[in-house]
Amino acid sequence: MAKKSHATPNLDQLENGPWPSFVTGLKHLAKDKDYVVDLLGHLEHSYQTRKGYWKGGTVGVIGYGGGVIPRFTEIKDADNKPMFPDAAEFHTLRIMPPAGMHYDTGTLRKFCDIWEKHGSGLIAFHGQSGDIMFQGCTSENVQGAFDELNEMGFDMGGAGPSVRTSMACVGAARCEQSCYDEGKALRAVVNATLDDLHRPALPYKFKFKFSGCPNDCMNSIQRSDMAVIGTWRDNMRTDEALAKKWFAKHGMNELVNDVISRCPTKAIQLKEIKSVAKGASISSVAVSDSLALEIDNKDCVRCMHCINVMTGALAAGTDKGATILVGGKRTLKIGDLMGTVAVPFLKLQNDEDYEQLVELGQKMIDFFAENALEHERTGEMIERIGLVNFLEGIGLDIDANMVSAPRTNPYVRMDGWDEEVAKINAKKAAA
Amino acid sequence: MAQAQIRRAIESGVPDHMPYLHPKLAQNYGNWKYHDRPRPGVLHHVSHSGDEVWTVRAGTQRQMDVHTIRKLCDIADQFAEGRVRFTIRSNIEFMVGSEAKVAPLIAALGKHGFPVGGTGNSVSMISHTQGWLHCDIPGTDASGVVKSLMDELHEEFIREEMPNRVHLSTSCCEINCGGQADIAIIIQHTKPPVINHELVANVCERPTVVARCPVAAIRPAMVNGKPSLEVDEKKCICCGACYPPCPPMQINDPENSKLAIWVGGKNANARGKPTFMKMVTSGLPNNAPRWPEVAAVVKNILHVYKDDARPWERMADWIERIGWPRFFEKTGLPFTKYLIDDWRGARANLNASTHIRF
Repeated sequence: MAKKSHATPNLDQLENGPWPSFVTGLKHLAKDKDYVVDLLGHLEHSYQTRKGYWKGGTVGVIGYGGGVIPRFTEIKDADNKPMFPDAAEFHTLRIMPPAGMHYDTGTLRKFCDIWEKHGSGLIAFHGQSGDIMFQGCTSENVQGAFDELNEMGFDMGGAGPSVRTSMACVGAARCEQSCYDEGKALRAVVNATLDDLHRPALPYKFKFKFSGCPNDCMNSIQRSDMAVIGTWRDNMRTDEALAKKWFAKHGMNELVNDVISRCPTKAIQLKEIKSVAKGASISSVAVSDSLALEIDNKDCVRCMHCINVMTGALAAGTDKGATILVGGKRTLKIGDLMGTVAVPFLKLQNDEDYEQLVELGQKMIDFFAENALEHERTGEMIERIGLVNFLEGIGLDIDANMVSAPRTNPYVRMDGWDEEVAKINAKKAAA
Repeated sequence: MAQAQIRRAIESGVPDHMPYLHPKLAQNYGNWKYHDRPRPGVLHHVSHSGDEVWTVRAGTQRQMDVHTIRKLCDIADQFAEGRVRFTIRSNIEFMVGSEAKVAPLIAALGKHGFPVGGTGNSVSMISHTQGWLHCDIPGTDASGVVKSLMDELHEEFIREEMPNRVHLSTSCCEINCGGQADIAIIIQHTKPPVINHELVANVCERPTVVARCPVAAIRPAMVNGKPSLEVDEKKCICCGACYPPCPPMQINDPENSKLAIWVGGKNANARGKPTFMKMVTSGLPNNAPRWPEVAAVVKNILHVYKDDARPWERMADWIERIGWPRFFEKTGLPFTKYLIDDWRGARANLNASTHIRF
């Protein structure tokens, strides 16, 4: 039995309603733990005063420079003593999950036992970077908790100016839209950068994220420095049985309004079967005895919409890999930046392909480490130095897929134009 | 005496995911053919091998106590061969190899208070941050805001009645850890930081703080004979960027830290290119513990979208069709001068055309 609870009139109101309540969970923990009794008091104080009361500090485990998020209370009395002494330290351990966040219950139960013993008993699945967040631990218990989690085969995640913990979608494990082995890619890339993940020494954070198709379920384009988004080069595949089944169920209105007219590049046409075009870039599939969809794959930008609507009837091709985009991030400091294309297509099939991806990731980090200013993200660095300098720095060729349009102003020194043209022509001739 | 052996970390990195997969997922890895959704909260995937797997998705509170996690484990052991996975929005998924297990699994989740839903064109769980529970710079709470809103949006989580999927996020400061979303709720400070000059010299690395300001409003100064920092309050945009590296520059204010609502963020490439969200209102009070003013605005936007958008239109697609003036007209939100961008690149957000809907 724990000590007597603090009055929590604000938090009590968060126990009502149909959604699962974290307050109810905390109160359950508080039955046995003075730590959580005081945590509830601490949180209630924030609710009453509408302010936060945790400050950072330095807490870690032997051998690593990051991964623990230290929190010390700032709610103190006139003698500078914590008002909620049992929750005066409330650190979080960031632990990297398996790609796709799959677990067996044996592992989860062991997590629970370890965290009940060393910590508060509160675990978040997952933090915004993808870590398992073991929330609430004293400085004294951090090492013991980590040692036991580490013995289970789990390792510390990133924090501070370092490579951060990564995320991959469910992908190949359960999704027909997967264009590469997301889990394998994540593991290969991140595990090749562990020194930069565990020992923060970069100018600022660096995030990799892995989505299996352009639906980008990991939101990699908006929030990762290097986004690996699955795509394909060849023609879309089709399945007539599934296409006919879909049309029988959904009818002409939905086929026209929800599929054909929503194609962003008008690559899909509805045709009578007898007039469907033939050609190397054409995919077609009958939806009834007389009508068919005709898709010109040269015009398709792999947006995924028609495939999302008619799952299985339309599907990605088989020449699969990923588009690599760089520089995504949120506001601070220069404003939102979307990731932009750095590699239009990287084949991801055999082990050598994945090694190439790992090398590319390492080059990005090396260049970032040497060229970014303090507290500057990759996207800001590219904004400052220009995409061309960045590409030259990491040894990537320019490609017209990297721009939405060519330059609209003449303000550039172009002394080297003829040499560039000659280089490109030589390359074309050699190909 | 010899000291206790120091244990060095085993730098094992990201663990292999394959041993954790549900057996059906492992057997059909990379070989899936198509999927459909038999009912809200349930996905049905079919493999090229003919294997089928049903996934039941349920909402969680994300910040879970060990008792809740063990309860979920019990359910997984009973129905799902002891395997689960979590989505990016902290929903839990149970995979089963036979359709007959779906209904009893849903019943078990319901009995223990876990809402089944969040699939397809529903309003899924709110992606969120740490807030007052754990963050060192929060302007508001995270889990509590989410709990309050999800109570209000519960019906839209367990149904699939929206035009397309709806992703929500909340963020306790302008760093926006919650991320881009169809609708995002983000703290917007309205007053410059309040500086405790007694502490600055000891706590803050002053050049770092000066460099952190996006508008160069901070400069070193001597205050009361101590080295400190001062803020040009006319220049200050109240973003709070100086607060993390310098906690004596308190930006959070119980009254003047307001909540803003943003709409139309989309990360998918489906249909149009990915979009950033846009601010559509602000000035909402940080009204713990239930934030009713925020809930009212979010629900209003959702209901207008639900009534007006066509099938498969995400929030951004819908607004692109109807135009911003009509968005403000239909939602009744005031279009104020503060919503006209004046940050770098702002001209790209002006209407350089005569495209006007009358």
